[in-house]
Amino acid sequence: MSAPPADRTLDEILNLAASHFKVAREKLTPDGDFFKTLGIDSLQALDLLTRLEHHFRIELPDYELQGVSDFRTLANRIRARL
Amino acid sequence: MNDFKGQTLSWQIVNGTIELALHRDPCNEIGSLTLEELEKFATALPELVNESQALIVHSTLKAGFSAGADLRELFQRGQEMEKAAALRGVREFLERIHSVMNALDAAPLTTIAAVHGVTFGGGFELALVCDIIIADRMARFCFPELRLGLIPGFGGIPRLKRDLGNAVVRDLLLTGRSFNVMKAQQIGLVSQIAAEGEALRVARATASQVGKFDRRTAAAAKEFVKPIPYEELKREIDIFCDLYSRPAVEAGLRKFVESTDAQPYLP
Repeated sequence: MSAPPADRTLDEILNLAASHFKVAREKLTPDGDFFKTLGIDSLQALDLLTRLEHHFRIELPDYELQGVSDFRTLANRIRARL
Repeated sequence: MNDFKGQTLSWQIVNGTIELALHRDPCNEIGSLTLEELEKFATALPELVNESQALIVHSTLKAGFSAGADLRELFQRGQEMEKAAALRGVREFLERIHSVMNALDAAPLTTIAAVHGVTFGGGFELALVCDIIIADRMARFCFPELRLGLIPGFGGIPRLKRDLGNAVVRDLLLTGRSFNVMKAQQIGLVSQIAAEGEALRVARATASQVGKFDRRTAAAAKEFVKPIPYEELKREIDIFCDLYSRPAVEAGLRKFVESTDAQPYLP
């Protein structure tokens, strides 16, 4: 089974992040820094990672996210595991 | 002492179950004060066991069960002392915490870790001494010690080896990656998953169930299926102390303590 389109993965991430962290969806952009736009710290980033893993039913080792802070790159990392 | 309220933890007997609650901000880092209070608990345990059917260990803090050893204290002590004295202090700390962990591991009643959020390093090791781990859906586990140039020091490797296949242990240890409850259940580490915020309630229901059985039978079954790897535990202390003396550890601890990185918890 092939991975869903890149835009759909990205959309699902943005929707989940906006909903969980109670940020207006339109404030989140694919290349935005999620630490800044969501106002989250490292522990909340782990929380987001866990929610994304549950949502996409994948396992995403956190070392793959070292240095990643924008939604687009995050979506690419997730798609590589779908 | 049937109940106790300390600075880092508290315990009480609730409906025949001992509930040991961790509550040291920010995420139950285990340093000398927590160790002192854990030792108080271990001393009180033989008496508590007579009046209870099970033990639940949990955290009252939102961030999680425990982020592990207090690395800031470890770094600070290393800076304040001459090297040989610092090493003696580390060995003494490890021997004391192993003594507590071994007492919990061998306790003649069913022990349950109800974990949520961050369950890392020494916190993970504390959960591993318990007979049953019940995890909140958002719990996350990790052994990040290798990034500091160390191995887990509170009994983690021998207890992981007791419970899991060696290939999985190598993956978790050598990558230092964190993993979620689905993975934890898949590899056989977590036996029950609770909805968000429900781990303690599920643990209480489980404690109530185990309390229906004959105490002596349950203790005999536990002793039979859960041997304590004393020799490997001693070896772990030796290896930890050998590694602690190396300059890479001071550099790793300094990097962690002084980090302003947005992802200091990510190995």
